[in-house]
Amino acid sequence: MADLPPQLAELVDDFSAVGPKDRLQLLLELSQELPELPARYADAADSMEQVHECQSPLFLAVEVDASEKVRLFFSAPPEAPTTRGFASIMHTGLDGESAADVLAVPDDFYIALGLGEAVSPLRLRGMAAMLSRIKKQVRALTA
Amino acid sequence: MTDRPVSVPGTIVGRMALPADTDPKLADYAHPERLVTTEWLAANLGTDGLVVVESDEDVLLYDTGHIPGAVKVDWHTELNDPVTRDYVDGARFAEICGERGIGRDTTVVFYGDRNNWWATYALWVFALFGHADVRILDGGRAKWVAEGREMTTEQPKPTTVEYPVVERDDVTLRAFKDDVLSHLDKVKAGSGALVDVRSPGEYSGELLHMPDYPQEGAVRGGHIPGAASVPWARAAAEDATFKSRADLEAIYLTEQGLSADDDVVAYCRIGERSSHTWFVLTHLLGFGKVRNYDGSWTEWGNAVRVPVVQGSERG
Repeated sequence: MADLPPQLAELVDDFSAVGPKDRLQLLLELSQELPELPARYADAADSMEQVHECQSPLFLAVEVDASEKVRLFFSAPPEAPTTRGFASIMHTGLDGESAADVLAVPDDFYIALGLGEAVSPLRLRGMAAMLSRIKKQVRALTA
Repeated sequence: MTDRPVSVPGTIVGRMALPADTDPKLADYAHPERLVTTEWLAANLGTDGLVVVESDEDVLLYDTGHIPGAVKVDWHTELNDPVTRDYVDGARFAEICGERGIGRDTTVVFYGDRNNWWATYALWVFALFGHADVRILDGGRAKWVAEGREMTTEQPKPTTVEYPVVERDDVTLRAFKDDVLSHLDKVKAGSGALVDVRSPGEYSGELLHMPDYPQEGAVRGGHIPGAASVPWARAAAEDATFKSRADLEAIYLTEQGLSADDDVVAYCRIGERSSHTWFVLTHLLGFGKVRNYDGSWTEWGNAVRVPVVQGSERG
């Protein structure tokens, strides 16, 4: 996957290096590392976009700073660890990358994580939706 | 109580391994032995002959902390066949049970997130294999957590036991599309009923999937002719327990006009929400014949030339 930003490529390597059970464990660890929302979003869920394709409530906000670096913010409840894990993959892999690099991530990159067997393809749709909504917002903010 | 064969419709006949919970709230239900309270479970954890199973919508929720000793069964990755759209076969089911320390006589208590939505689904699949003693933790995971009861991330290491290879019974508790088609005449004649447990928007056809959930691919929206609209979560109280028998009767009998001797088919989108209603009608209200149509709207809404009604009327 030559087109992936380095952190995302590393995650893909980590996931594909282990079996399905350990992939779940990795996803669980990532779900615990999802950063808290900064104060400006903490009390303003309305200003965030809901990702309806996720089975549990997930809100996301995208910012692009003056140097075209993308900043990502996610909010998902602790009782939705899978959704938090997906969000954490996006955060670890894409936060701080340039708008152009985020837009260049292949829409189906998540297939390489090999989570289909461990999580089920249906649940994985949430991840595809997250990326497409992130890209849409990046496009709007850089237009 | 220990020696009393469980009297339930269909093929579920067996002996209870553990005494039933005698809590007075449960006593009102038609089959109180199908529920246990959080108090009962806390007092019986670790008893021989009992296995607690967590089944959640979220595949990782169990791993963030679960009831001590509980094992996990995931509906997507474990109860469904990975290739054919069907449940696992008897051989695979025997492995799933055996490796979790579940024998044929084990008392299995299911609990989970979202008002026990997935717990009742797992229980229904166990019932297809005729596992006799299956029960639901009333209030599920939410009530256990809200009461501040013990949770752990420690993985249990059950000793594998022998579980017989049992042929699944796909007739008594399960309906297929052709069964539903031939059921339509009964619905018209008033001797049969259909219960659509999806949201009002899915029932009327405005939505092709659950609000806030992914589109799961139905090309037509609406409901099966004659189906009553009773969203499944109406059977759940605020604290995730089941509503009282009187409250449930007010909904299903008085308001919807169903009766316990009706031949009922329940459906939703893939058969999970309707397992919850199947549990309510069968075990809490004592209906004699309730089948779950697991093909549900993702089959019916894609099938060629089956009748569909749009709008809020039963049709």
